Amino acid sequence: MAKIWVDGKTHDVDGSRNLLDVCLSLGKNLPYFCWHPATGSVGACRQCAVKQYRDENDKQGRLVMACMTQALEGSRISIEDGEARAFRKSVAECLMVNHPHDCPVCDEGGECHLQDMTVMTGHNYRAYRFPKKTYENQDLGPFVNHEMNRCIQCYRCVHYYKDIAGGKDLQAFACHDHVYFGRHEDGALESEFSGNLVEVCPTGVFTDKTLKKHYTRKWDLQTAPSVCVHCSLGCNTIPGERYGLIRRIRNRYHGKVNGYFLCDRGRYGYEFVNHERRIRRPLLRNADGALEEAPREAVMERLGVLLADPKKVVGIGSPRASMESNFALRSLVGAERFFQGIPDREAHLVETIVKILKDGPARSCSLREIEQCDAVFILGEDVTNTGPMVEISVRAAIKQQPMRVLDALKIPTWHAAAVKDAIQDERGPLFMATPSGTKLDSAATVTYRGTADDCARLGFAVAKALDAKAPDVPECPAETRELAARIAEVFRNARRPVVISGTSLRSEAVIHAAANVAWASGTARSAGPAELFFILPECNSMGLGIMGGVGIESSAQAVIGGMFETAILLESDLARQTSAEAIERFAGRVKHLVVLDSILTPEIAAHAEVVLPAGTFAEADGTFVNSEGRAQRFYQVFVPETEIQESWRWIHEAAGAAGQRNGWWSNLDDVCTAAATAIPGLAALVKVAPPASFRLVGEKVPRAPHRYSGRTAMVANRTMHEPKPPADPDTPLSFSMEGYEGPTPAALISNFWAPGWNSIQSLNRFQEEISGPLRGGDSGVRLLEPSGGTRPAYFDRVPEEFRRKPGEWFLLPLYHIFGSEEMSSLSPPIQERAAKPYVQMNSADAAELGLKAGDLANVHIDGVLHRLPVQLTAQLLRGTAGVPVGLAQFPVLNVPAWTRINKG
Amino acid sequence: MNRELPLTQNIRIDQPPFDCREYERAGGYEAVKNCVGKMEPQAVTQLIKDANLRGRGGAGFNTGLKWSFVPMGPDVARPKYLVANADEMEPGTFKDRLLMEGDPHLFIEGMILSAYAIQAEVGFIFLRWGYQLAELRMHKAIREAYDGGYLGKNINGSGFNFDLHMHVSAGRYMCGEETGLLNALEGRRANPRAKPPFPQVSGLFGKPTIVQNVETLCNVPGIVRNGVEWYKKLSLSADGGTKLFGVSGKVKRPGLWELPMGTPVREILESYAGGMRDGLKFRGLLPGGASTAFLTDQHLDVKMDFDSVGKAGSRMGTGTMIVLDDKTSVVGMMHNMMAFFAQESCGWCTPCRDGLPWVAKILDAMKDGQGQPGDIERLQLQCKNMGPGLTFCALAPGAADPLLSAIKYFREDFERAIPAGKPAAVAAGAA
Repeated sequence: MAKIWVDGKTHDVDGSRNLLDVCLSLGKNLPYFCWHPATGSVGACRQCAVKQYRDENDKQGRLVMACMTQALEGSRISIEDGEARAFRKSVAECLMVNHPHDCPVCDEGGECHLQDMTVMTGHNYRAYRFPKKTYENQDLGPFVNHEMNRCIQCYRCVHYYKDIAGGKDLQAFACHDHVYFGRHEDGALESEFSGNLVEVCPTGVFTDKTLKKHYTRKWDLQTAPSVCVHCSLGCNTIPGERYGLIRRIRNRYHGKVNGYFLCDRGRYGYEFVNHERRIRRPLLRNADGALEEAPREAVMERLGVLLADPKKVVGIGSPRASMESNFALRSLVGAERFFQGIPDREAHLVETIVKILKDGPARSCSLREIEQCDAVFILGEDVTNTGPMVEISVRAAIKQQPMRVLDALKIPTWHAAAVKDAIQDERGPLFMATPSGTKLDSAATVTYRGTADDCARLGFAVAKALDAKAPDVPECPAETRELAARIAEVFRNARRPVVISGTSLRSEAVIHAAANVAWASGTARSAGPAELFFILPECNSMGLGIMGGVGIESSAQAVIGGMFETAILLESDLARQTSAEAIERFAGRVKHLVVLDSILTPEIAAHAEVVLPAGTFAEADGTFVNSEGRAQRFYQVFVPETEIQESWRWIHEAAGAAGQRNGWWSNLDDVCTAAATAIPGLAALVKVAPPASFRLVGEKVPRAPHRYSGRTAMVANRTMHEPKPPADPDTPLSFSMEGYEGPTPAALISNFWAPGWNSIQSLNRFQEEISGPLRGGDSGVRLLEPSGGTRPAYFDRVPEEFRRKPGEWFLLPLYHIFGSEEMSSLSPPIQERAAKPYVQMNSADAAELGLKAGDLANVHIDGVLHRLPVQLTAQLLRGTAGVPVGLAQFPVLNVPAWTRINKG
Repeated sequence: MNRELPLTQNIRIDQPPFDCREYERAGGYEAVKNCVGKMEPQAVTQLIKDANLRGRGGAGFNTGLKWSFVPMGPDVARPKYLVANADEMEPGTFKDRLLMEGDPHLFIEGMILSAYAIQAEVGFIFLRWGYQLAELRMHKAIREAYDGGYLGKNINGSGFNFDLHMHVSAGRYMCGEETGLLNALEGRRANPRAKPPFPQVSGLFGKPTIVQNVETLCNVPGIVRNGVEWYKKLSLSADGGTKLFGVSGKVKRPGLWELPMGTPVREILESYAGGMRDGLKFRGLLPGGASTAFLTDQHLDVKMDFDSVGKAGSRMGTGTMIVLDDKTSVVGMMHNMMAFFAQESCGWCTPCRDGLPWVAKILDAMKDGQGQPGDIERLQLQCKNMGPGLTFCALAPGAADPLLSAIKYFREDFERAIPAGKPAAVAAGAA
């Protein structure tokens, strides 16, 4: 701590930070542009000038840039000093010399940092009388709109894009007053994290192109705290709605999870909510055998009959449905008749992970804790495509070791430019074992290529090198053993090592190996075991795993072997999980199929008898458990005009109609309480967020900003009466701009705004310290902590080394951030960037078959012959091939598997 | 003339420079032989410090003192670098060119000695793109120095290694700024770096680095060979040694001379440059390149050394004067210079990137008689906001100095550029 004087008042601040940082944390209004809490200080814009005095006798003082000056003990500064104010005003005037002043038609307007800061400096009249500079704009793809004329050259975009996201195709070009930020030519930004430019840019140069397509003024958006549904990491988001359409997603800072950023899948995948194939009303199969819309009463009457005997009902839960909805289903059908809508194999992998994190000594770390780790071993995951934000964290982590020189050089960590100059391209240890090339390869210390079994063997060998008691790897090649010894050595000496693995290779051995490495490191290190980070398939895979239950094949067996008449399918598209024949077989045996989902797929529509419109994250409240094991609440954004509602409500209503209710659930809290009581691992579910009865000064917390306009007129084309805002029995939030204004618990922050701070930079006002936790603590509750008991026995099923089979190829799953995930693939901008089917082969293998890049190859997948264009790589092991999984219209289910490939 | 000319004694205009053999015969590389491996590196630094050799690039910092900040000893980051700033782009300045074209081995010897003092194993010469003759001659000389065993591994059998590379700049004024140069040398945009950290600690590729002007380095062999007292006696003032002084503008004999540090302005102007051309009157001069403030006839007896020129309200800079006469438009000259600085701004910090073009545009209007009331105040305000510490590097303050001084000394010229009866622009800085 350091004591500093700001305009005569003393403050205790963190002396290791810079003056801008601490002034913002103190709630001061000090304008800035080039500084960003994530990218640090570079000193370019000169906007944050303050007067600094040598001591109490110095009346003269001198102007310094707050962002470039350490908050040393005894610092005396003035923000309000006349000379400092005049200089800041002049800087704003210079910045605005070439700015087009097009606020009324600018997408940034209303939440523009440039607007805010200009007002803050008091600059309001442009004396410049000469022509302005103009620029040509670029087409940067479906995500980000480019309008260079608004640029004020703060350089934030390139610092973020290159230094944080590792992008290469956004650069500063030209010089003097014509610096240009863009690509070398038109084209989609290559980075998977390009959407963050929209928030990093202080003005309207980079704006959200999807918002532009269905534009609404920012202050007219109704928003709610939400959690991303497009992977297992659980990044916090703020979706915005107007007139029943989700218009955009914005980052919701979380000190432990996503920090300041989102991936492009998370930011732009939202348009499935607005999809034309959304189920909006209940459907019932009529006497003619067709599905048609039906009144609620008729549907409930039918469900009352179908569900009258729960023993004859199976429930199939979903890793993309909330804890509450899954629990409601489980509660209706009973735990023994509750299955997971995923392959048995996947359910087993998740179960294994839950057990490892619960029973073992190694804890699961959070996404942002990875950033603090100084040695990383990635086992099996192509993180950019399976848990995208992990890439951002890993990129930060591998700077930890090089940054140790900073102390000796007396360079503070906030001094981003100097840090970069000092560490240059040095990167700390990152070991990657994956079947094929990944984007992080170029940052890796060593990349190891092999099948899942090979990767697992490397992991087992590392564990063995760390602890002689760990199982040995038979027939381990010397090369692998050397690499393992090297990784072990790094892990032994690292301050905070982490093993990142997951389910994407569909391999139990990989997960076992990851656990062994972490556990073995615990015996080799006095500081305790390495941390574990597992990437799972879906947004609530972990939650469903904690709840338990086996997968689809088991449920099909139960149905086929059994006395079940009705199956309830909760938010699961079985066609993505199992073959068409299996669905036919399954559907042929159940007499009645009840479906709750948001989008109707033809395969399911063909068999469903009752279809209920389920709310997505936008129309429902609920809880997801992310891959860290953190339960997080997401809140309904708007009330749809149709009959869409939470799946748990539908189920509870149906249970009521069938006389099968176990208690009365009036709101979400009741479901959580019931779940917390029924399932020991979920006891903390009631503590995830404030209960619905929570009030601040007797008021609810508004979803809409106080500037929300047009409520009296929004439906005036239909009725002149202003409708009453919908009630929200489930949460302390209101569907209104009326209510408590002021600090709220982090879980309830719908929007970042503070007086004078209309842009997302107002976040500074919500954090305990810059980049620290949100005031009052970050939201969510960790459900998984290590038991603290003795280490479980090492996993000892070491797989055999991969061996080629003549004439056959071992087909491996490959993932794509755009395309491999179900819901985001329905979003048009994601579709535009989505991968198309292909087969990836080792160049030498392809040459033997006479195949060149782009040639069509015949590939048997799941017994179906596909003709796929060939992609060549040197990264795949010979004898293996890769195909993308999860793509729409291209089902790939039973991979890894042996297959035949020949020239098409 | 019996004065010693340690910098230019070997230079014969219109003849090729000394090759290695000729340079040796003239006493060259003696200092390397007597110093490398024989003197303690720190002792060399102390010698240079005691000689009060001040940086000839313009800032005038004590060279030995700067070297003493380089971390020494076996455990420091390696490699350490010595970079010669040969990106001579200051308008009116052409002194380093003479040294590189005229006596390349002197320059190389200076680099070897300096590198030895800081124990740098790699050296770079960052050369201005346009200096193609210097490039050819330096390349030849570097080859010869390698052949002579003065560069490369185990110099003098001392175990000291020093490799010297030449990098020809792509050509920007900004590359002459010490840290902008380092970025350019690393292949990045030639934006300046914040100090601290200073390059001595974290410089080229993040390693300890000394960047030194060509003329400064050329002073080193003489000091090592002849000692501190000899060096101090060369000078007429407290700063040691001789200095290359240049004069450009409408004088009778524009040129460049090696003279004792502290030679009065009048002497340089009249005895060496021959005074003003016939029919022209002296109005003022920029003493050390375009980025120094004007001196006028009241300053003609000022001694040309760092402190004396500083006391007169300007900077000695590179010591190469640009002379203004009474027939040349002050406003036009200022426009020319400000357009240059605006063009050469790297675009990094706001007051420079956006302030300088504004200044240049106002001057452009003024030189055509299109000034408006308030323009002079606006120019002054923009200059004030480009003061030292307010901008990121010294480029903009260097641009502001001549303009502010021009307005101070020749205000009537600026006032004449604003026709009466023009509508008043809003006064600069009005709330």
